[in-house]
Amino acid sequence: MTTGITDTISTGASSEGVPVETAFAKKGASSSAGRSGGMAWLYVSPLVLILIPFFIAPIFVVVVASFLENDGFGGMLPHFTLANYASVFSAELTLRLYASTVKFAVLTWAGTLIIGFWIAYFLVFHVRNQLLAIGLFLLCTVPFWTSNIIRMISWIPLLGKNGLVNSILISAGIIHQPLEFLLFSDFAVVVAYVHQLTIFMIVPIFNAMSRIDKRTVEAALDAGASRFEIMRYIIVPLSKNGIALGSIFVLSIVMGDFFVVKVMSGGGSASIVSALFEDIAVLQYPPAAASAVVLLIVVVTMIALILRTVDVRKEIAR
Amino acid sequence: MKEKLEASDPTPESKTEATVTDSGVDVSRRAVLKSAAALAGVAGTQAITGFPLIWAQDIKNIELRHVGVSYSVVKAIGDQASKDLGFKVTMQNLDTSAAINRFVTQPNTVDIADVEGWQAKLATKRGVLQGIEVKKIKEFENILPIFTKGEFSGKVVSRQGISPYEAMYISKPDATELHEGVTPWATFLPQVYNADSMGYRPDLIKKEITEWKELINPAYKGKAAILDVPAIGIMDAALCFESAGEIKYANKGNMTKSEIDFTINRLIELKKQGQFRATWTTFDQSVQLMAAGEVIIQSMWSPAVAAVRVKGMPCIYAPVNIKNGKEGYRGWCNGMALMKHLSGKKLDAAYEYLNWYLSGWQGGFVARYGYYSPVPSTAKKFLTANEWDYWYEGKPATAEILDPYGVPMEKPGAKRDGGSFIERVTNISCWNTLMDEAQYMNKRWNDFKAA
Repeated sequence: MTTGITDTISTGASSEGVPVETAFAKKGASSSAGRSGGMAWLYVSPLVLILIPFFIAPIFVVVVASFLENDGFGGMLPHFTLANYASVFSAELTLRLYASTVKFAVLTWAGTLIIGFWIAYFLVFHVRNQLLAIGLFLLCTVPFWTSNIIRMISWIPLLGKNGLVNSILISAGIIHQPLEFLLFSDFAVVVAYVHQLTIFMIVPIFNAMSRIDKRTVEAALDAGASRFEIMRYIIVPLSKNGIALGSIFVLSIVMGDFFVVKVMSGGGSASIVSALFEDIAVLQYPPAAASAVVLLIVVVTMIALILRTVDVRKEIAR
Repeated sequence: MKEKLEASDPTPESKTEATVTDSGVDVSRRAVLKSAAALAGVAGTQAITGFPLIWAQDIKNIELRHVGVSYSVVKAIGDQASKDLGFKVTMQNLDTSAAINRFVTQPNTVDIADVEGWQAKLATKRGVLQGIEVKKIKEFENILPIFTKGEFSGKVVSRQGISPYEAMYISKPDATELHEGVTPWATFLPQVYNADSMGYRPDLIKKEITEWKELINPAYKGKAAILDVPAIGIMDAALCFESAGEIKYANKGNMTKSEIDFTINRLIELKKQGQFRATWTTFDQSVQLMAAGEVIIQSMWSPAVAAVRVKGMPCIYAPVNIKNGKEGYRGWCNGMALMKHLSGKKLDAAYEYLNWYLSGWQGGFVARYGYYSPVPSTAKKFLTANEWDYWYEGKPATAEILDPYGVPMEKPGAKRDGGSFIERVTNISCWNTLMDEAQYMNKRWNDFKAA
């Protein structure tokens, strides 16, 4: 196949007398295919050199470990077994863990999408001065100059039983008993996630929106479109790529995280990763590896589905 | 004071002789022969205690990496050791699970592994440790028999869970199975331990708490917390259910599947009824929960209770002495293990370090935050009479009590909860563990978490 393509290129390039237009067309058409040649491998080699030791090899090890037998003391016996997967798929626990993790992922996704979308919209369409818009955009990143963990933990004194929110509500006479659901609850987990991850929505949506030609909006206005119609038929469809990219970030981070769940739920909720972390804590590597592989497949499937709705390559090349 | 104590100590040689022969008797004739050799070894070790200059030159470039959990592997102790020994000791902290994972998967990045009994068992199985030659440990005969013989003042110490004694011996330096009974080879050398119980707020709970069942008392619904480290959290829960008379475990530290099921199902029930405000995994979390008023009773560690009090909040460490075969503290003990790769001068340095560790400075240091040394006789030399009486004897302080870093902790007249050291350790009813059914237990614990 490779030779075939090279032939096409060489004939295309060497045949004189071919009209210039056709030569260009041919070059254009064949150039992407031609990259799979030797030069192409050279181009991708830096990436491959990084991906093989830091991505492919570890995953390979995890996959192998997931099929091994466990001696209960951190040892893996080189016997092929499907028992680890059998126990993952037969346990009701797996379902509950996925239900709880997916619940966090979806709630966080909705929260970050709503907040992120409107912040991006405001920055792009309402702040007239582009310098100011970029300034405000950078301001959004300020909280990210400190660590994730600090940002999460700072919610605790705010939401606690004797925390700021409860004391304000009580002293204002709105409530008489402190609201306990504020901290160590699913609510607290989602608040912390939304706080941590909204920026991952803002950036790609901001990026997508700033490419919308403002004249399109003006034209729509002139043609008598309402604000809602502009939003529905112009802004949202044209920001779709940004939304999809942001969703990939948010969903994959939440699916793979356990620390926020552990701390903000006060240990009251579990996630897929927190459960497999407990296995690793007592050196039960094969069962942990099996549930890691299952999680990987689920997340990859999720991302593949999102990518079907958007052409990321187009987004980046634009 | 200090001199007097030293003088009153029996000479190390005579004591060594007694113990080594003792241990030889119940092992084998070969061991007796070995212990004769051991005596020669002791004499040799003693000859070099002055750290001759040549040695000092040789060991200057040695660096020992002592790796373990933060409450056991403390930088200040490593710094003092480096100063006293003339070579560098680096302390590295990891949480319990990261530590055992590192010992097992990257054994060569560690020189001294700080392990609990159950971790010593795991690490021994994996063959990453080398046996500690008991005769090279100068203070070995002064280590409390709780650890070395599994008894205390003639009484057998509880064997529920993995007691330090159970995990302590192997038959030969490269054995991968533990050995029941005293041998010349130890898996780990106990260095710090305590007895865990519950902490509570005396201003909000108007009665004295001496039973574990109070943790599941509906009166404290939504104001209780439990430890979320599966292997030991389940034992705290077991102590509660046993205390409430709901079940009698054959061995809380090594439950059967049906005992695990019972315990977890009850925990899930309690969780659904809203008994637990939260669960905690780290020292700081437990302090925060209590200090912020989120909970008024929870399973807790002694220094964490002290930390709450330093924040100006009243907090009591519940004395849960054994009563009617129920209650009791959950004991734990961290010890130092030698990694297999140590050899030559580095191994010699490691032995010097182990010997330094038991020589008293560390015992005095950890006493000031409420933990105990396995060799109280040496720790005593590094404590004032007031400190000794307060921390070890359970007597009221006659002067202000300072923490290891010199910060005032308790006022004169304050008394330590739980009484004297002997009262505490003799009331340990189970030890931190890793059950045979650990995999099943973990899965069920996750059920509790996800419920």
